[in-house]
Amino acid sequence: MEKIIEVKNVTYEYTDEEMKIAVLRNFSLDIEKGSFTVILGHNGSGKSTLAKLLNGLFKPTSGDVLVDGINTKDEETEIEVKRRVGMVFQNPDNQLIASVVEEDVAFGPENLGLSSEVIRKRVDDALKTVDMYEYRKSSPHHLSGGQKQRVAIAGIIAMEPECIVLDEPTAMLDPKGRAEIIKTVTQLNKEKGITVVLITHYMEEAENADRVIVMNDGEIIADSLPKKVFSQVEKLKNVGLDVPQTTELLYMLQKNGFNIDTDVISIKETAEKIKSCLEE
Amino acid sequence: MLKDITFGQYYEGNSPVHKTDPRAKIVLLIAMIVFVFLANNIFSVVFAALSVFTLMYISGVPLRMYAKNLKAILPIIIFTAFINVFYGDKNTGIVFEVWKLTVTWGGIYRAFFMATRIILLIFISSALTYTTTPNDLTDAIERLLSPLKYVGLKSAVHILAMMMTITLRFIPTLIEETEKIMNAQKARGADLENGNLKQRVKALIPILIPLLISAIRRSYELAEAMECRCYNGGEGRQRMKQLHFSFRDYIACGVVFAVGAVIILLNILL
Repeated sequence: MEKIIEVKNVTYEYTDEEMKIAVLRNFSLDIEKGSFTVILGHNGSGKSTLAKLLNGLFKPTSGDVLVDGINTKDEETEIEVKRRVGMVFQNPDNQLIASVVEEDVAFGPENLGLSSEVIRKRVDDALKTVDMYEYRKSSPHHLSGGQKQRVAIAGIIAMEPECIVLDEPTAMLDPKGRAEIIKTVTQLNKEKGITVVLITHYMEEAENADRVIVMNDGEIIADSLPKKVFSQVEKLKNVGLDVPQTTELLYMLQKNGFNIDTDVISIKETAEKIKSCLEE
Repeated sequence: MLKDITFGQYYEGNSPVHKTDPRAKIVLLIAMIVFVFLANNIFSVVFAALSVFTLMYISGVPLRMYAKNLKAILPIIIFTAFINVFYGDKNTGIVFEVWKLTVTWGGIYRAFFMATRIILLIFISSALTYTTTPNDLTDAIERLLSPLKYVGLKSAVHILAMMMTITLRFIPTLIEETEKIMNAQKARGADLENGNLKQRVKALIPILIPLLISAIRRSYELAEAMECRCYNGGEGRQRMKQLHFSFRDYIACGVVFAVGAVIILLNILL
């Protein structure tokens, strides 16, 4: 598979009261084109720093980040990198610029200097994709958190990026808003073929992913298919992460002497697993 | 709820005034104000007043909305008129004298003119703000100022417009936040409603500090988000919404300048 982002031996340090603190040390990671990667980790695990390194918002202290072969350190191609890798943040309120939904979505394409007809078309398409077209004339402050976050996503896809990095996009939303966002993101990946990097601390959101990466203390401690990662229940618990409730249930059954695997996530699969186990 | 108040005072409508290009409206507003101040005899003032009332009628905004704006400024009008009463030419005839102050017919005439002009000025500017959304106004101001870029103020125009856009966007957000902080401080026992002026001003400090800190934090995040959306300080930026000067706008310009011509003619001829 072709790689869209390559993180090569990156160390990222920041200075706090003249103390150098390294968030990431000699960190490497490749993101494949068209993949859906979920990065999990506790607060302070370095996952947000990693996100900001992926589109050049942060520059590595040493090592390189390549997006489509372009080094993010290169000042001249900064816009090119940001156009390819869009980023959605936690707080939807602090990402929206205009007081009309469609004008906000237009902000990105406007900056790219496209013609007004092209911008119009991209804005309409993006709003339809996130199912917010009927709200195009609304003011963001009349929308719910989930709707605002979808507008923020539309603002990114209107730039037609190859990859979207979402940094805890659901952390400030209610369960309904969270479900909306995860649905939208999954759709973007499956239907539009956009590479997705979703950073979160909600396990359930990793269900649809192709790949789950677990980070702790600036290091990758697990990197595999969701099922495989979640079956390592002990390891996840050790770094302070919860596993999905279904996995937890299977794990407890296994621990108490049932002959059952913990490598499924969805409720349906879990129910079937328990059923077949009981039939034996 | 606090957040339902909107900045500006747009009154939803579909009148010809609403549909006129916002740029044309701003320019015509200025022209109208100039014409109203040019009117210097009773005929031209009455004509100007009639034109302004026609404009108000066409705008479809209820009269009480205009009255509301007038009420706010009434003390200033009365004060101006009152001062003007004493500044007339004594040759026009003295109405009465108190101590060193002389009220003349000329003064009363002048006060009447002054008051009428200010009232008309309020009505004209209300007609603009009632029929134009804050966003359209911002857009129009940006475009009207755009010739300044030829004298080396290119980024200044863009920055001003961007600041206005962000201000409009964040007013409701910050009002909502203020409400939250006030409730949080009340829950901690803060007393915001009682006490003398000094105490009440002091009570505002625990509200303003968190608000300021959060606003600064927001601005950092917004800056990052803008950077992620390829914002580069307005260079090479293209707008989605293009304003078009239509036939309607030319007619509006024609009508306003005809009104101006009539006012000047009435000044000269009568």
